[in-house]
Amino acid sequence: MYDCIVIGGGHNGLVCAAYLARARRSVLVLEAAEQVGGAAVTREFSPGFKVSACAHLLHLMPGSLMRELGLDARGLRMAAAHLPTTAIAPEQLPLALDTGNGSELASCCAADAAAYPSFQQRLQRLGAALQPMLEATPPRLGTDSWQDRWSWLRLGWRLRRLGRRDMRELLRIGGMCVQDLLDEQFETPLLKGALGFDAVLGANLGPRSPGSVLPLLYRTAAEVRSVSALAQPIGGIGAVSQALAAAVLAAGGQIRTGTLVDRILIDDDRASGVVLASGEQLQARQVISNADPKTTFLKLLGSEHLDAGFVRRITNLRAGGVTAKLHLALDRLPQFSGVAPQRLLGRLLLAPSLDYIERAFNHAKYGEFSAQPIIEVTVPSVSDPALAPAGKHVLSALVQYVPYQLVGGWQHERARFTQLVIETLEQCAPGLRAGIEAAELLTPADIERQFRISGGHWHHAELALDQFFMVRPVPGAAQYRTPMSGLYLCGAGCHPGGGVMGVAGRNAARELLREAA
Amino acid sequence: MLTESQPHYRQPLLKTPFHERARALSQVDSFVPWAGYTTVDVFTFVEQEYFAIRNAATLYDLTPMVKYRIAGTDALRYLNRLMTRDLGKLRIKRVAYSVWCDDEGHLIDDGTVFRLADSEYRLCTGERQLDWLLASSVGFDVQIAEVTADVAALALQGPTACAVLKNFGLQGIEQLKPFEIGHFALPAAHDVAGELMVSRTGFTGDLGYELWMHPEDAEAVWDGLMHAGRDCTIRPIGSRALNMARIEAGFLMPNVDFVSSERTLHVGSERSPIELGLGWLVDFNKGHFTGRRALLAEQARGPRRRLVGLDIDGNKPAHNALLYTQRSGKHAVGAVTSATWSPTCKRNIALAMVDASNMQTGSTIWAEIYLNRELVWQRRMARARVVERPFFAPERRRATPPADF
Repeated sequence: MYDCIVIGGGHNGLVCAAYLARARRSVLVLEAAEQVGGAAVTREFSPGFKVSACAHLLHLMPGSLMRELGLDARGLRMAAAHLPTTAIAPEQLPLALDTGNGSELASCCAADAAAYPSFQQRLQRLGAALQPMLEATPPRLGTDSWQDRWSWLRLGWRLRRLGRRDMRELLRIGGMCVQDLLDEQFETPLLKGALGFDAVLGANLGPRSPGSVLPLLYRTAAEVRSVSALAQPIGGIGAVSQALAAAVLAAGGQIRTGTLVDRILIDDDRASGVVLASGEQLQARQVISNADPKTTFLKLLGSEHLDAGFVRRITNLRAGGVTAKLHLALDRLPQFSGVAPQRLLGRLLLAPSLDYIERAFNHAKYGEFSAQPIIEVTVPSVSDPALAPAGKHVLSALVQYVPYQLVGGWQHERARFTQLVIETLEQCAPGLRAGIEAAELLTPADIERQFRISGGHWHHAELALDQFFMVRPVPGAAQYRTPMSGLYLCGAGCHPGGGVMGVAGRNAARELLREAA
Repeated sequence: MLTESQPHYRQPLLKTPFHERARALSQVDSFVPWAGYTTVDVFTFVEQEYFAIRNAATLYDLTPMVKYRIAGTDALRYLNRLMTRDLGKLRIKRVAYSVWCDDEGHLIDDGTVFRLADSEYRLCTGERQLDWLLASSVGFDVQIAEVTADVAALALQGPTACAVLKNFGLQGIEQLKPFEIGHFALPAAHDVAGELMVSRTGFTGDLGYELWMHPEDAEAVWDGLMHAGRDCTIRPIGSRALNMARIEAGFLMPNVDFVSSERTLHVGSERSPIELGLGWLVDFNKGHFTGRRALLAEQARGPRRRLVGLDIDGNKPAHNALLYTQRSGKHAVGAVTSATWSPTCKRNIALAMVDASNMQTGSTIWAEIYLNRELVWQRRMARARVVERPFFAPERRRATPPADF
């Protein structure tokens, strides 16, 4: 009999388990895969070539969380931090997104160079005001609870402190589309493309979709507490999960890998443990699911234990991913036209303009993949040579828009799409194709299958205004508790979402610890 | 069937298979819409039809009752998760009255469940529910289809109902117990070769049966019953007379005694089965069902309101009357939802929703009744006593075999 069983050893499950174990709860983490981490793992995809399988950069995890769990002491080191961003486009000079008078932006468009720092600062002020919201348990509506009222008050006070001008700005841009916002400020298409890219990355939105400023605010807010900004851990993102697992074990928690949970045990309308695929039963006072909401409620729990209206909300949860992952094993360092080699430490964004992004999005709306996708490229072996054999390199790219449900199915189209992405990259990096030793493409459908995320969405559920904060993942489960007593959620489907942030796991642990074991 | 070509407000009301017969017998041409069909409100006059229910035999066209076929390996599990009652106890060829709720434990609707075979049920309900029924089916291997137009239905109710069916030629009908289903070959004399399903159910609280048949057999069955019942003074009735009988029987009418929580617009106008006195239909021990956790919480804190039966002084029906604790009309405690003078009980009866506090059988409250006497309005405060329901429950409704009268 354990105090807590955590289903799924993804980063949020491990964070939650570590906090629970530190509070002297007996904790068991059950992970179906052979290694912990969920979608935050480093895998060998071709002999000698290793890569972060899904998420490939660390930039949202709060410094406080990393400190509290002692990730530094458990061997987590950054190969490179404060990574630079470079916007690239076929047959165009790349644009380094740096500030300062001597920057490429200044030589390209003086007005944009002048507007860029103040735009960033304003976003950061708004982000800083919203940041505590990420770490708070969303309040419930229509209750008499002081915890809920206090939560509202704190949020209100934070926003009030922004002052009139920024408060107005927040109200104005909060539901806006990112294209309108960027068109107000800037002229350079490459700059707008790169900024728009960060708004829509991972989201089923185009730059002209209403509400596309929200993910940008979210990203900015989460980055406020990050110590390293965009960073690449030594050993890939899997190193973060390994450090988290070490934190769990150090606090006295247990982890079992290669252990698939079949379903949640119910006893007298209360979650009382889990049944493993092997048939083994494990008892616990509290069961915490790091699985996505659809998997948790419809597969592990079963709709018969839930009210029909709640099940309808879970069924309607928008959870289809649009982001794919491309891994290339290269026999040489790729050459991107006009990009200085030291900038390959950071990320390259292929999104030449907002129109280009919107056109790429159009295809996905109708279940097709983009003819010209937008791509975030990193070459992690530049700062971490151990990821590839000596002298060779690994390219890791996020590719969007790639629908979860492709018309005609992925079986027949995967090879064609892989070639299309490589061709698109080749336009900016002539000779890339000649150096490819192996390629791996993970579509959202692959991510669903390999990482057991229903819909293959890296946030488990789309992060949009209708699935945000108090209504994330759905009303009735937005405080990490679920309608089934004894069952809790701690994954990316909860507030504040995924992105290797770990805050959902920490918030869930805090709520669990409020209740007597 | 409804056509796609016309907007709904241009679509004519559908006619039931009994429509031509009903129109021929209607003296006052009073038809009302019900679930997309036109049905008879009154054939001759209400009192005559009412007395036929209590003293003879009556035919009432039930066809517009919305019917769903629910079948599949998970049909029972599905129904038990949908409804508050434990349908695991419902045997084949039996009928159960049940209700279903939303997540908050508020009543969506009531209806009767017919278990036709091991994994095949028919649900009969007053209004269409397909959206909720399908939403409830996620995770269950069950097929749900509306079969309203595929089945014609007649209610045969009244003390001589069994005698009529015997005359009609249904062998062994007198052995059918309340809530039991029987299948009978249509007597050859009536020039049809179909089958008739008979359930001993009804909405009158009296001896009675409901007859379920293929629409093509409908007119022959109607004619045969009218002929077989001529010595029992059988007559067709409309909804108005049935409403008097159902109030006497203490049965609830959707949209009159409660509004489905799927349709309420104002917070607080939903009703729970516990408030409606249907707590006996809620089985907390059968496993989970939609609304269970909310109903458990409500049961623990006690319902806020309660549906009660009232016996009111005087003989003026207390339609829509507001209710007070004192004659002065100072402290409102609720309102009447259904009221009628009961000719059989010789009592002025009503169903009312009242605040639950201090309201029990025997409590006295006051009903504010408005009377129109030759266009002069009068306001009466009438004493009302909270009484047990049903108001009228004759032994003959359960007697098996029923007497011939």
